[in-house]
Amino acid sequence: MFSPTLWRFRNFSDAIPEIFELQREMNRLFSNAGRRSAADYPAVNIWEKDGEALVTAEVPGVDPEKLDVSVSGDVLTIAGLPAASEFKKGETYLRQERMIGGFKRGIQLPFSVDAQKVEARYDKGVLTVALPRIKEELPKKIQIK
Amino acid sequence: MMDKDIQKTENVSAAERVRNVKTFVPRVDIYENKDALYLVADMPGVDEKTVDIELEKNILTISGRVENGRVDGATLMYSEYEIGDYERVFTLSDEIDRDKIVATVKNGVLRLELPKAEQVKPKKIAISAA
Repeated sequence: MFSPTLWRFRNFSDAIPEIFELQREMNRLFSNAGRRSAADYPAVNIWEKDGEALVTAEVPGVDPEKLDVSVSGDVLTIAGLPAASEFKKGETYLRQERMIGGFKRGIQLPFSVDAQKVEARYDKGVLTVALPRIKEELPKKIQIK
Repeated sequence: MMDKDIQKTENVSAAERVRNVKTFVPRVDIYENKDALYLVADMPGVDEKTVDIELEKNILTISGRVENGRVDGATLMYSEYEIGDYERVFTLSDEIDRDKIVATVKNGVLRLELPKAEQVKPKKIAISAA
C-alpha cells in the first residue's frame, strides 16, 4: 500500500525536519546542474562558416609551442602542458585563482575533418582552429532533369 | 583546479557601464615578496592596447576591453563561454611606489609588478651583542 512517511505525522510540525531533509536532498541533486568541471577545460565556442567549423577556446597564458592541437577522424583534441612555475623563494601567495596544470579535451564534431587543411591560430590567449570538411562528404547538388 | 568552475564569473556592479557588453571578473593570482606585490590576471582577448590599469590612492582597477569576439560571417552553433570586457577592483593594503609599476600583457595574461614604497619595506633591525 502507498503510505508516504510524511502522512504518518499527526501534527504538521512533526514533519518539519523531514521536509527540510527533503529540501536539502533536492538542492544537492540540482546543485551540479549546468556546472562544468575541470575536465571540460577549456570552454569552447563552435562556429560554422561555409561548411567549415571554427572552434574557439580561451586558453590564456599558454606558450603556443606547448599547445597541442590534433585531429583524428571527427575528433579534435586540444591539450596543453602545465605552465612552468614562476614561484621563487621568499614569495607568498595571497590569491590563487588561475588554472594551473595541464589540460586535455576532446571535441567530437558532426563530420569528418580534412586533417590536412586544419589551421590553428593562437592570438591574445584565444585559440582558433579552423576545421574544413572532407570535400567528398560535402552535400552535392543534384540536377533535376 | 579540480573543483573550480571553468566558467567566467560575470561582474555584478551597481553602476552600469555605457558600453553594452557583459563584463567579467578576471581570475587572478597575487603573490608578494619583500620588495613588491605581483598580480597576474587571465584576460583572454586583451592586448597591451586594450588594457587599462588605474591606481587611485590604494584602489587598483584593472580593466580590459575585448573588441569583438565574433568570427566574421560565421554562425555560432554551440557556445560554452561568453565574450565580454573585464574589470576588477582591488584595495591594496601596502603603500605602492606608483612610479615604478610595471605592466605587461602576453598571450592574454596581464602581469603587474607593484613595488612597495621604501618606507613600508620591512627593515631588519640588527641586534648588537650587549
